Amino acid sequence: MPTLTRSFVKASLISLVLGLLAGIWQQIPGAAIAGLFPVYLHLLTFGWLTQLIFGIAIWMFPTYSKAHPRGPEWLGWGIFATLNVGLGLRVIFEPLQAISPSNFGGWMLVIAALLQWLAGLGFVANVWTRIRGR
Amino acid sequence: MPRLSRFFIRASLLYLVLGFTFGALILANKGILFAPLIWVLLPAHIEFVILGWLTQLALGVSFWILPRLGSQAPRGDERWSWATFVLVNFGILASALSPWINFPWLVLLARALQAVGFLAFAAGNWQRIYPPKFQNIKGLN
Repeated sequence: MPTLTRSFVKASLISLVLGLLAGIWQQIPGAAIAGLFPVYLHLLTFGWLTQLIFGIAIWMFPTYSKAHPRGPEWLGWGIFATLNVGLGLRVIFEPLQAISPSNFGGWMLVIAALLQWLAGLGFVANVWTRIRGR
Repeated sequence: MPRLSRFFIRASLLYLVLGFTFGALILANKGILFAPLIWVLLPAHIEFVILGWLTQLALGVSFWILPRLGSQAPRGDERWSWATFVLVNFGILASALSPWINFPWLVLLARALQAVGFLAFAAGNWQRIYPPKFQNIKGLN
């Protein structure tokens, strides 16, 4: 398994654990935080499921080329970085913004949105030409 | 990769782009309010990401990699799975368009199309889920 895929899979498992912890936290009487529910959902659907798919698809889909079987290396790491930095910003600032809104926190959410969106576009760019017959 | 899997996976990537775009707009709008009406995109965001992207990718990959049946029709009667592709995508689009179309039964129709579509996939691929033929090979169980 390539290093990039191992990084995706391990980060997805960390997101799964964080998502489950967020789910537990919400159920503790008096401890629920506004803005935590969307963080919980996105840790599971984006940080866990989508990130696991990204890592495995980059590894297992038909090869891109002989020289770069899994597409350009920089693109793969770019997807990994934008996905996780974007998700991390969201995890921190979405609840913070719900509790105590600030201009800085607002712009951090905009950056989080942009980074997560770029991760998706990067993945599509990586695998689109690898979806082919024999 | 079979033709139908390519259709499923490419469609799932298109839904990924749409779903992520809608989600990014909603999240950015939470940070810096620029369009209060953007929340109307939320049902389409959920539909596109959960069914359009995640579920449809799973259908495409499983149609590709589930065990084959033989050289004549390795993936069984493929018409079932083609029907799934058509029904599920009509269902997703109908559901996503429901906030803008004044037709009270549209969401019900969308869910019915999706349900029949997924049942068709199960019917078409059920027989491909079988145990390894060579039981004595270590590690296959």
